[in-house]
Amino acid sequence: MQTKVSYLVGSGLTPYGKHEDSSTLDLMSQAAQLALSDSGLVRGDIDALICGYSTTLPHLMLATVFAEYFGIKPTYAHCVQSGGATGFTLAMLAHQLIASGAARRVLVVSGENRLTGQSRDSAVQVLAQVGHPTYEVSLGPIIPAYYGLLANRYMYEHGTDERNFAELAVTMRRHACLHPGAQFDTVITVDEVLSSKPISSPLKMLDCCPLSDGGCAFVIADEALGNYPIKMTGTAQHHSEQHISAMKDLTYFGAQSSTQRALERANRKIKDVEYAAIYDSFTITLAILLEEIGLAPRGQAGRLAGEGYFDANSNMPLNLHGGLLSYGHCGVAGAMAHMAEAHLQMTGRAGIRQTSKAGVTLLHGDGGVLSSHVSLVLESV
Amino acid sequence: MDSASTPKPTKAPINDWTLGGNALHYQHCKACTHTWYFFRPFCPSCGDTNPLVQLSLGRGLVFTQTLVHRAPDAKFRELAPYKIVLVDLDEGFRMMAHGDKDLDIGDSVTLSFIALEDQKIPYFKKI
Repeated sequence: MQTKVSYLVGSGLTPYGKHEDSSTLDLMSQAAQLALSDSGLVRGDIDALICGYSTTLPHLMLATVFAEYFGIKPTYAHCVQSGGATGFTLAMLAHQLIASGAARRVLVVSGENRLTGQSRDSAVQVLAQVGHPTYEVSLGPIIPAYYGLLANRYMYEHGTDERNFAELAVTMRRHACLHPGAQFDTVITVDEVLSSKPISSPLKMLDCCPLSDGGCAFVIADEALGNYPIKMTGTAQHHSEQHISAMKDLTYFGAQSSTQRALERANRKIKDVEYAAIYDSFTITLAILLEEIGLAPRGQAGRLAGEGYFDANSNMPLNLHGGLLSYGHCGVAGAMAHMAEAHLQMTGRAGIRQTSKAGVTLLHGDGGVLSSHVSLVLESV
Repeated sequence: MDSASTPKPTKAPINDWTLGGNALHYQHCKACTHTWYFFRPFCPSCGDTNPLVQLSLGRGLVFTQTLVHRAPDAKFRELAPYKIVLVDLDEGFRMMAHGDKDLDIGDSVTLSFIALEDQKIPYFKKI
């Protein structure tokens, strides 16, 4: 059982989309400065730095490179790599560094010019490496193909159709339209999702998150510093098979195992959750995670989305910044934006997106093809 | 280390499709009866270092499928749109492959191979 808590005391989130001429280090710096300012701390207050990898700046020592560039001299620093799960893994690691006494004020930062820093073919090929090089990648599946395989099986098992996935894209877009930093700011309809460009059946362009440039950062501390502290009370992970061909069970990927343990460590139950921040690389990802975690009945996530169930001030406010699908996805910082939005919602600073009740928040991220799972519980102080 | 328990670095048989041949192999552990696909010199279930390498008959059922419209590179762009399937083979393992465009979940299929430039691709047809 985890008994100690840590505090998220500052977050910084850049707009996502195109940042022409901004490098990984530029975007990391912008986000880090925003997070420091939000926390009321200065560079010299930070004693640990952990960062996520960048596909446009692959480096053996990105944390040290960033520390020098940004101008800090941490006594603990390194980079972390676990695909889409990296952002919440960093938050969990910060929590544990604090719980163990190894650090007191941890700067967590990621950023990447994933959209403008490389060709689309290059990005697609780098991301495809989550598959098995010999037995999968050699056959030419793009990342959406792995999720297309999951989506067709999901529809077969639940008797749902493609409209259910589309409803989730429509909901994320509706939320993004209320955030000035979101990559997309025009409302879409179910029919527009269904008629968007086919990518890998049944997934269309609007079922898939975009490539983005952007950065996000947090300051996580051992005490409730500054004006906007919230508590991190539970964290957990689960790692099942990396490769879809090797997965025995496409019903329990590890999301339930991970979230249940995070909630147990926070002495909370799933019914206590008032705000949800769930990884949504594709509409099918969001459907599977919501249902395995228990935030929606099996096969029902899309139908509920269509009824407004995941809107602010509805049953289960979800990704109110628009998620990866519509706020944008710049790599590790993609999921971190979910946490930055949770921080705003939980401290009453979300403006026109503000939900009335966000005291207990469940965050869940995955990496690979639902291979790697991380869950966090945040609570108001 | 005890040499009897040290996995020997070995490769799949030379006629395996991953090496350009026209055969599909899988592995089976006599010690614990585990069956798997991705080649290893040991059993990932019990650690036994003498797993069998077996030839698959290439018959199975489509577990799921997707039609890929957006290929990752120029080589696959020539094939697009192409069907990717996960097939549960009769011998008890699951694999990714290509297949006929109309394949659907539950279809009984049999394996063949197609050539794409310098590589072999396992390809399933409906029985």
